[in-house]
Amino acid sequence: MNRIKYSITLSVIFFSSVMAFGQMVEKSQQGSYLLKNAEIYTVTNGVITGDLKIVNEKIEAIGPNLDAADAEVIDCSGKRIYPGFFDSGCKIGLAEISSISLTQDHNEIGAYTPHMRALTAVNPSSVHIPITRLNGVTSAMTYPAGSLFPGKAAVIHLHGYTPEQMSAGSQPDILKWPSSGKRNRWDKRSKEDIEKDQKKALKKLKEFWKSAKVFAGMKGDKGYNPQLEAVQDVINNDAPLIIEVNKKEDILAALQWVNEENINAVFSGVSEGWRVADSLVANAIPVIVGPILQNPSRASDKYDAPYTNAGKLAKAGVLVAIRTTESENVRNLPFNAGFAANYGMGIEEAIKAITINPAKIFGIDDEVGSLEEGKLANLFVCDGDPFEMKTRISHVFIKGWSTPIESRQTLLYDEYLERDPGLKIKD
Amino acid sequence: MKQFFFSIVTLVLVLTTASAQEMGDLLIKNGTVITMEDGVKENTDVLIKQGKIKQIGQGIAGGNIRTIDAEGMFVIPGIIDAHSHLGIDAVNEATNPVTAEVFVGDAINPYDVGLYRALAGGVTTSHAMHGSANAIGGQCETMKHRWGEMNPELWRMKDAPRTIKFALGENPMRVHGEGNNVAPRTRMGIEQEFRRSFAAAKEYKAAKSKALSNKTAPPDYSLRLETLQDILEGEIIIHCHSYRADEILMLMDVLEDYGVSKICFQHVNEGFKVAPELAQFGAHASVFSDWWAYKFEVYYSTAYNAAILTRNGVVTSINSDSRELIRHLYHEAAKTQRYGDLTDEEALKLITVNPAIQLGIEDRVGSIKVGKDGDIVVFDGHPLSIYGTPHYTIVDGVVRFDINEDPDDVRVDIDATETIPAFYEQGNQDHEAEGCMHGVSEHGHHHNHNH
Repeated sequence: MNRIKYSITLSVIFFSSVMAFGQMVEKSQQGSYLLKNAEIYTVTNGVITGDLKIVNEKIEAIGPNLDAADAEVIDCSGKRIYPGFFDSGCKIGLAEISSISLTQDHNEIGAYTPHMRALTAVNPSSVHIPITRLNGVTSAMTYPAGSLFPGKAAVIHLHGYTPEQMSAGSQPDILKWPSSGKRNRWDKRSKEDIEKDQKKALKKLKEFWKSAKVFAGMKGDKGYNPQLEAVQDVINNDAPLIIEVNKKEDILAALQWVNEENINAVFSGVSEGWRVADSLVANAIPVIVGPILQNPSRASDKYDAPYTNAGKLAKAGVLVAIRTTESENVRNLPFNAGFAANYGMGIEEAIKAITINPAKIFGIDDEVGSLEEGKLANLFVCDGDPFEMKTRISHVFIKGWSTPIESRQTLLYDEYLERDPGLKIKD
Repeated sequence: MKQFFFSIVTLVLVLTTASAQEMGDLLIKNGTVITMEDGVKENTDVLIKQGKIKQIGQGIAGGNIRTIDAEGMFVIPGIIDAHSHLGIDAVNEATNPVTAEVFVGDAINPYDVGLYRALAGGVTTSHAMHGSANAIGGQCETMKHRWGEMNPELWRMKDAPRTIKFALGENPMRVHGEGNNVAPRTRMGIEQEFRRSFAAAKEYKAAKSKALSNKTAPPDYSLRLETLQDILEGEIIIHCHSYRADEILMLMDVLEDYGVSKICFQHVNEGFKVAPELAQFGAHASVFSDWWAYKFEVYYSTAYNAAILTRNGVVTSINSDSRELIRHLYHEAAKTQRYGDLTDEEALKLITVNPAIQLGIEDRVGSIKVGKDGDIVVFDGHPLSIYGTPHYTIVDGVVRFDINEDPDDVRVDIDATETIPAFYEQGNQDHEAEGCMHGVSEHGHHHNHNH
């Protein structure tokens, strides 16, 4: 009796704390799971009908009639399994409330800040994270965007109590290529001023890179020089340099620079990539495109230029990944990919652009990006085409952790759909 | 004198000709017609004559008017956006917490390329709103997207009811309290702006009628007080920028005290918390599908807002407040199927019938019905599917967007100094400065939404 009373009290406390704050979600669980009778969209090996077995953090087996042993069996009849979706450029964990600058951790002060590390500032408790997982997004490249060299991005999985637990290993350097375009619709600089600013920034870039190369050749104690130290992985060709560049002329100039400097580069943004697709292919530059759901870059562009860009690049033979640049709405990644799919990219390529292609770009395709034995169990189960809004996602696994299918937003729905008490008491 | 009379006649003639709207004849054949009025009709034709829907049925002969073969396609009413700032050159008169006298319809800009892009997303009518800097902002314009018409007059939806923008919460607090150190700096202060303004309007009216009966001089004419009086008399629909549950309840209490009932809450991110109260008051709600966390007052939001409001009987719409979202409101509406399981009919209502009700134009637009305006979108797939693409957007029977004849460059006012049109780095991120705080917030702040 006492025990019953105790558990009632406990459940009331638990229940009310969930209701009151609406932000605590259930804990994830790891173990052995057998996902039975599914359509398994492997991405790298076609669609397999059968079972998928997860043991601890990995996919142990894929095939027909797998032995459950002591695994928890999840009936997936009529359902599909996809590798977890991967946002190749966003601010998740680095930004909580946009208008409150003290919740923004992606925008450090300084002319050169390549030594800033996004992973340091990723907040594992961001309310955005469980909300994002519910749409099948399990991994992301979250990046700083302040100065010319804003810092190192963090490739993370959307699960874990510490940044270290979330890290997928890769921390690529970012360069914001000096633009010859306007920043936005409110940029009132004259053409001459824009040219002057760009020239100055390019000079800064080239001087910095020269110093970094000199630094590379130095022997003995090099002293404390974190900025120059930070880019040595790029200079040694151990890591890619992600270059944010959008305008046609700037893309071509950046291409010339990376060739001269022999840099292993990935271009991001590339909103006018479609104008120079051939050059990107010829130089084997992978690209991170997006958001797909954005306005065209020029008033004269066709309305669908941002929708068709990714498809045009993929058709030309460029390795394409898709990003949102969002934080709170990284959950729209599948819909960004869906628009790209509908406007020329096709479903299969669009799926690759948010699974295996980013894994390749960030050098972790031996771990994630497809459903293969031995890879991390980053995957989700759904009842149809994952780009369709009607489709329901029933399970999301990240590194084998079965994450809760709830978020503060679903809890608010549960609480308020039929609010009790309903109407206020009138006097 | 005779000459003067003649020139007046000429002027009137010119004006009448110039303001004649183009009304089209069009036959849309064999489509799946989602009427939003009378169910879904397979293999059905819609005939538009002189800009109005004349007939819905099978085997309609149109004679030699333009015919669209819609076999295998979906035909829906033109999409209506109850919250936009496209096509106006001024948004915020942020000089006073109360500016009921101003009117965005004085600043219509038919050259805004964003309007064509909205048409390409199936939007035929939009509510061009004043911004949210002031507790009582300016009056708004309901426009029909007659892209290609250069005369601003032709963009007005004639006979649409008057509407006005109100605003609660952070924006008026920031602009006036924080920015200028004048009230309101708090949500308490905002309540008193309404009470003070409505009381002044009543006094003004009383003074006017007293002067009339006493045959004394009337009070000085005030367009601000005249407008406020029109609100109290129910001649203007209030569209109120709002977020938090408490401030929504506050405004309903104030309106109840003054006997005002026509109100649509805009954004209303916490509307789901007071859905029963909104339904009881008869207040409407026009919401984002999934925007949140761009400021503190929207941190406790849920993408299930539209579904909770709908299920509680609140007339709800999904709006854009953005030159980006307005391009795919059909997709925004479809998100309510992931977030709250709305049916196809319920989801499509959010962008057709319901915004029409909120703007008081439901007798003209919002569904495919004989006698209504010939405003229609033809999709190649279901409009709520990610694979549904608008192919034709029709306003008053005139095809204003045709995917097969989409020009490479649609601009109609070209800056002669720009050999190549300017390139913008942040095609998308400009939406923060575009919306309700246009002309107020410091532009260029990265990712600083201020809706």
